[in-house]
Amino acid sequence: MNVAQDLPHPSDLALEDIDVSDSRIYQQDAWRPYFERLRKEDPVHYVADSQFGPFWSITRWEDIVAVDSNFEDFSSEPAIVIGDNSEELPIANFISMDPPKHDVQRRAVQGVVAPKNLAEMEALIRSRVVEILDGLPVGETFNWVDRVSINLTTQMLATLFDFPFEERFKLTYWSDLGAGSPEIAGGDVDPEERLAGLHDCLETFTRIWHERKDDGVETLDLIRMLQRDPNTKDMVDDPMEYLGNLLLLIIGGNDTTRNSASAGVLALNQNPAEYEKLRANPALIPSMVSEVIRWQTPLMHMRRTANKDVEFQGKQIRKGDKVVMWYLSGNHDETAIENPNSFIIDRENPRKHMSFGFGVHRCMGNRLAEMQLRVLWEEIMQRFSKVEVVGEPERVKSNFVRGISNLPVRVHPL
Amino acid sequence: MPKVTLIEHNGASHTIDAEVGKSLMMNAIDNGVPGIDADCGGACACGTCHCFVEEPWAAVTGGVEMLEESMLGMRPDRAENSRLSCQIEVSDDMDGLVVRLPEYQM
Ligand code: FES
Repeated sequence: MNVAQDLPHPSDLALEDIDVSDSRIYQQDAWRPYFERLRKEDPVHYVADSQFGPFWSITRWEDIVAVDSNFEDFSSEPAIVIGDNSEELPIANFISMDPPKHDVQRRAVQGVVAPKNLAEMEALIRSRVVEILDGLPVGETFNWVDRVSINLTTQMLATLFDFPFEERFKLTYWSDLGAGSPEIAGGDVDPEERLAGLHDCLETFTRIWHERKDDGVETLDLIRMLQRDPNTKDMVDDPMEYLGNLLLLIIGGNDTTRNSASAGVLALNQNPAEYEKLRANPALIPSMVSEVIRWQTPLMHMRRTANKDVEFQGKQIRKGDKVVMWYLSGNHDETAIENPNSFIIDRENPRKHMSFGFGVHRCMGNRLAEMQLRVLWEEIMQRFSKVEVVGEPERVKSNFVRGISNLPVRVHPL
Repeated sequence: MPKVTLIEHNGASHTIDAEVGKSLMMNAIDNGVPGIDADCGGACACGTCHCFVEEPWAAVTGGVEMLEESMLGMRPDRAENSRLSCQIEVSDDMDGLVVRLPEYQM
């Protein structure tokens, strides 16, 4: 585990100086010793002073489940990331709302991932995966993230929004802008570029909303679903709420699956014995997919805000305090998961992970994500003996999205 | 031991000898009944142990608490008789209980 020069090693720090909101920790993939120490010595940990103000870190599995299940004491409003939204763009969305408002907005769109829809989407996804994989340059080094992960998830998003297909890369761009700002997640997106881009996103989707309104088309795209539901039929009139929900759905459908699609390749390369297992028994693909989602934890945290003074595990949390649940740490908690630092594709209970969150905000797209990843790996195994990583991965600078931006690979045909 | 029957969405029926005091979810998992994922291990936090309680068992299996209610509210396939099986504790008077499992857990 290399910790680069400009980051202190956590064992050299006083406990109260350990600040896991520093996004360089994730960019340099140096997080393990930080969370190991917090879980062991101070599982409900307060930092008085960070770039994002004071906050609590919850790092053990059991405690995270307890906080995530308690939406009365730990509110999702006003934001679910460590940083607060900027004043220029005070967006709102249903993941940053508590019941009952959360429930009605979520209900308007969750039918998109109902079983019947998923079954219909599978064939479409497979045909796209086949096209993407068949188009890869055999014998050349290329970036798996661009050619496969982004390509695949962006196509899916375009379908979910019924977005103009040729312009679908805008969705990825907006997603990166939405999640990558310095004050929200320690990213390096330029604030002005972000503001301009997100206004463009809002304008584009406002136009789409009005074009679609009452056009009688029966497709199950997210925009028409919002329009059909009595609780959300006028959402366009509240631009910050509309933009907020668009970003939620775009980021939720994009960053997560994209980074799991890259992480699977990386994990199998770092663990060749597991790649062997998979080759010998492709029936392991579904459990491997769950293991990848745990191992990667594409969204590393969710934040809550205390609704009142709460005593939690002997600590006094005050009303208004930020309480951050580190899913990345919970997924590597040795008291909940056996051998958590190993990547094991045939674990006894691979679905036991918290990457989708728990409680009423649990990811609504989880089955769609798993299906896309399963289909991707089914088709990879049909074509390639190996997707070989041939260089160092580059990682995203963020304390929220655990992302891979560059993964140089070569594919070897069967 | 009460006998409990779980019917998968495809019609496959499993009758098990359930252990009293354990949740219906744990009983199903321990007996290898497919169709329940139970991702959170019974903490009423994932919604992936969804089942439909057949008449006339609603009274015996009890009411829905607030947290369970909000978890059930996230299911597109929620019905009147929806329950989370981790929140049903098997008792002796459940002998003969029948529940159906949904097409998908999610
Ligand atoms: S097992 Fe998770 S809600 Fe029942």
